[in-house]
Amino acid sequence: MEYTQAGLRETEYEEIRRVLGREPNECELRIMGVMWSEHCSYKSTKNLLKLFPNNGDRVVLGPGENAGIIDLGDGLGAAFKAESHNHPSAVAPYQGAATGVGGIIRDILALGARPVASMDGLFFGEPSSSRTQSLASGIVHGVGGYGNAVGVPTVGGKTAYDPSYNENPLLNAFCIGLIPLDEIVSSRTARPGQAVVLLGSKTGRDGIAGAAFASVELSEDNKASRPSIQIGDPFGEKLLIEACLEMNEKKLIVSMQDMGAAGIISSSSEVAAKSGVGMILHFDKIPLRAENMEPWEIALSESQERMLLIVDRSYLHEVMEVAEKWELDCAEFGETVEGDEYTILFHGERAASLPATLIGDRCPLIPWPSRRPADLEKKWEFDVDDIPLPEDWNETLLSLLADPSLASKKRIYEQYDSMVQLNTVIGPGHPVSMLRIKGRDSLIAMTLDADPWKCSLDPFRGGAETVARTVRDLAVAGARAAGLTDCLNFPSPEVPEQYWVLEECVKGMAEACGAFDCPVVSGNVSLYNESPDGAILPTPVVGTVGIIPSIDAALSAGTWEEGDVLFLVGPCNPSLAGSRYLLSQGKLAGRPLPFYPEAEKDFVERALKTASAKAAHSGRALSGGGLAAALAKESMESGIGASISLSIPTRKDILLFGEGCARALYAVPMSRVPLFKVLWNGYPCIQLGRVGGERLSVEGAFSLTVSELLSKWRNG
Amino acid sequence: MNTAVIVFPGSNCDQDVMHAVAGSLGTKVRAVWHKETTLPEDTDFVILPGGFSFGDYLRCGAMAARSPIMKAVAEHGRRGGLLLGICNGFQILTESRLLPGALLPNRTLNFVCRPCFLRVESVSTPFSSLFSKGQVVQFPIAHGDGLYTLPEEELKALEDRGGVVFRYSDSDGLTGDDANPNGSANNIAGIVNERGNILGLMPHPERASEALTGGEDGRVFWQSILESFTKGGR
Repeated sequence: MEYTQAGLRETEYEEIRRVLGREPNECELRIMGVMWSEHCSYKSTKNLLKLFPNNGDRVVLGPGENAGIIDLGDGLGAAFKAESHNHPSAVAPYQGAATGVGGIIRDILALGARPVASMDGLFFGEPSSSRTQSLASGIVHGVGGYGNAVGVPTVGGKTAYDPSYNENPLLNAFCIGLIPLDEIVSSRTARPGQAVVLLGSKTGRDGIAGAAFASVELSEDNKASRPSIQIGDPFGEKLLIEACLEMNEKKLIVSMQDMGAAGIISSSSEVAAKSGVGMILHFDKIPLRAENMEPWEIALSESQERMLLIVDRSYLHEVMEVAEKWELDCAEFGETVEGDEYTILFHGERAASLPATLIGDRCPLIPWPSRRPADLEKKWEFDVDDIPLPEDWNETLLSLLADPSLASKKRIYEQYDSMVQLNTVIGPGHPVSMLRIKGRDSLIAMTLDADPWKCSLDPFRGGAETVARTVRDLAVAGARAAGLTDCLNFPSPEVPEQYWVLEECVKGMAEACGAFDCPVVSGNVSLYNESPDGAILPTPVVGTVGIIPSIDAALSAGTWEEGDVLFLVGPCNPSLAGSRYLLSQGKLAGRPLPFYPEAEKDFVERALKTASAKAAHSGRALSGGGLAAALAKESMESGIGASISLSIPTRKDILLFGEGCARALYAVPMSRVPLFKVLWNGYPCIQLGRVGGERLSVEGAFSLTVSELLSKWRNG
Repeated sequence: MNTAVIVFPGSNCDQDVMHAVAGSLGTKVRAVWHKETTLPEDTDFVILPGGFSFGDYLRCGAMAARSPIMKAVAEHGRRGGLLLGICNGFQILTESRLLPGALLPNRTLNFVCRPCFLRVESVSTPFSSLFSKGQVVQFPIAHGDGLYTLPEEELKALEDRGGVVFRYSDSDGLTGDDANPNGSANNIAGIVNERGNILGLMPHPERASEALTGGEDGRVFWQSILESFTKGGR
């Protein structure tokens, strides 16, 4: 077998030969081909990811583990991570999405944490195309079909549409779990002489080399590669969750690792390398569901609902008992040994023998050339004077609300169980989702967002804006961002301009994370998101988690009350660049606003005080659709109108539809107006009008009843 | 009143129900694994919780209806003991023939999860005695197979004997088609057997048992059961 058939580059092959001091055999070549694929090795992005801050007071576990963990106080931690499952979802939408959800849940479980909530980031092509509709329907059914059955509520997410996702939709799954800090299971704690155990489903030929499939562009050829798609079994996963948690509670396991990409080989070699031990694995002891599987197929199978356990032999019997109770297969198939040697034996013969540290860690990095796109400035050329003011403001607002990316996502999120486990205080359909922690006062707040359009116009600013949006959302809700996870969804890094965009996005995100003191604790990278039709927009997706100290310090959105005074806080000169307003007219142009760290930090502190001082009834940070969309959403969700006059010289369309900057809309009860003004003294803050009546009216612009707004927003 | 919550592989509301009953009533609640063949001796009230027992890979509830514990559960019901099936538990009750009818896929063919209004149709059951007739309560729904159906004559018999306890409605108590989330016959959300001790309910009262998460109408539901039990000593 040629090394190129295994997907290896010449330098990589040479490195393997150098370390081994011999020719790798076929099984070894295939293993290394998958383990050194982009998906598993991060060879194109490892250096970029180093730019992210990942330390902080609250960080218990940072990147490099199954998921990150932040300290919630009093001995409890929140483990969370987001992961992409884009290529599988493009080829087999239901199964691709379902197994994406299943995989991220197991990542959380692998730390010993009980998964308590999920969110999903969905990016689809043109909503009117039948192709999009069938992909979207399959993906949504897959997310629900798996999440609902497994008993983890889907409490929030983001759904957006753009033609660039026509052939390459994105599915990013986020999961968060809770764990007592003294019960965290690590992948670094295996010692020589312990048993290597496989718990869960039998191993089959499904999903073989799926990681390699995820590391090339989608084409007509590989869309036929259905064996690369994994099949999900949420029932099996539910049993696996209960069994693993019971084993952890009884302290029966030394170390645990999810079998995700590259299955057995990836999970076991990772534990070996991180723990500094070797392994001898007997592949003929692994329960199989297909006949005559070759060792390399067993090694690389991505059959779902499997966990690797490292168990002290004295507990092996008890582990088997728990597995039996949950009717799960459980097989000891190897042991940990001194040294670095990772050996696969098959019917007594040595199928592969590699240094454990070589497999996962030592892939040569690729310094892809980076080039600033020549047409960047051209995209920025945008003169607002070329855009006429709306002739019919009512029509303009209604068509904006009907834009699928902005419209209500109720039809999607009602297909997800958002309440199971009884912790959901604020569920989907709100800027921030909130979970209570049983027996405590504090709430966990989380949000997931992306702005691919601004990232494509100015990747640095767009990256920073993406992070900032989530942090602002949390702050307005009363939560200080404690950490975030990200999925970096990008096209091929081999095109210098595309690599530059990736690089700049990461830099922008890192800048914002640093300013907010919000570390990146986990995440993943998905490259090669392109098809013969073209590349996707640069799509970094960010899931940010914060803590609200008590239910009293939480501020909801969409809870206006009659007589409330409306305030806009933040600058009055937002930008139409990359705005939903221009996009809904088919224009992707202009240069998004820069990230102003000082103003952003100032905003966060004031927003947190506003929430904890109960200075408002309702608050919403401005994002897609700007002030107009925020007014409409607040009005629709509250079921009451408002009268607003804007005595500001800014062009009215910019003021109403512009985006960017740290801005928010607050509804303040009359009695709290003085306090509110004190809290925002020194920050731009203008009084807009009063809540009341059946109409949402902005003087000199639109005037519509709440039911007219609702009808468009819900039904398009 | 001692409550036993049966846990099947794939149940996912077992913990929630235990939390809600213990939190609303402060009474003793125990989990019972489906492979047991007897209920704890002092069991007064049995709950079959929601979820996806056996993955719903056969008809929903069909496998669970044949679990070892179900003989004892049926016996408990036959003796007149209080028995409640919520969501997947309702499906298990119909699959066990402890309640009439069947639950089919929602007419939209989509899973649906949202808060839902119900009109209380009968207050002469132990599960609804503290509500008032015609009262509108809010319990969330979360199911893919909630379309309740049974042959026309049986439906009429069920209605005639006052076996419908909860009906999907709007916030004003109107039971039009708009208020029917799944296409159930006559907007039926919950039914009771002739003797009145076995209730099947598609919506989730345990998700409406705390002000912070889903409201408190469910607490009245649990309190009804406790009061009926205390008075009647079933």
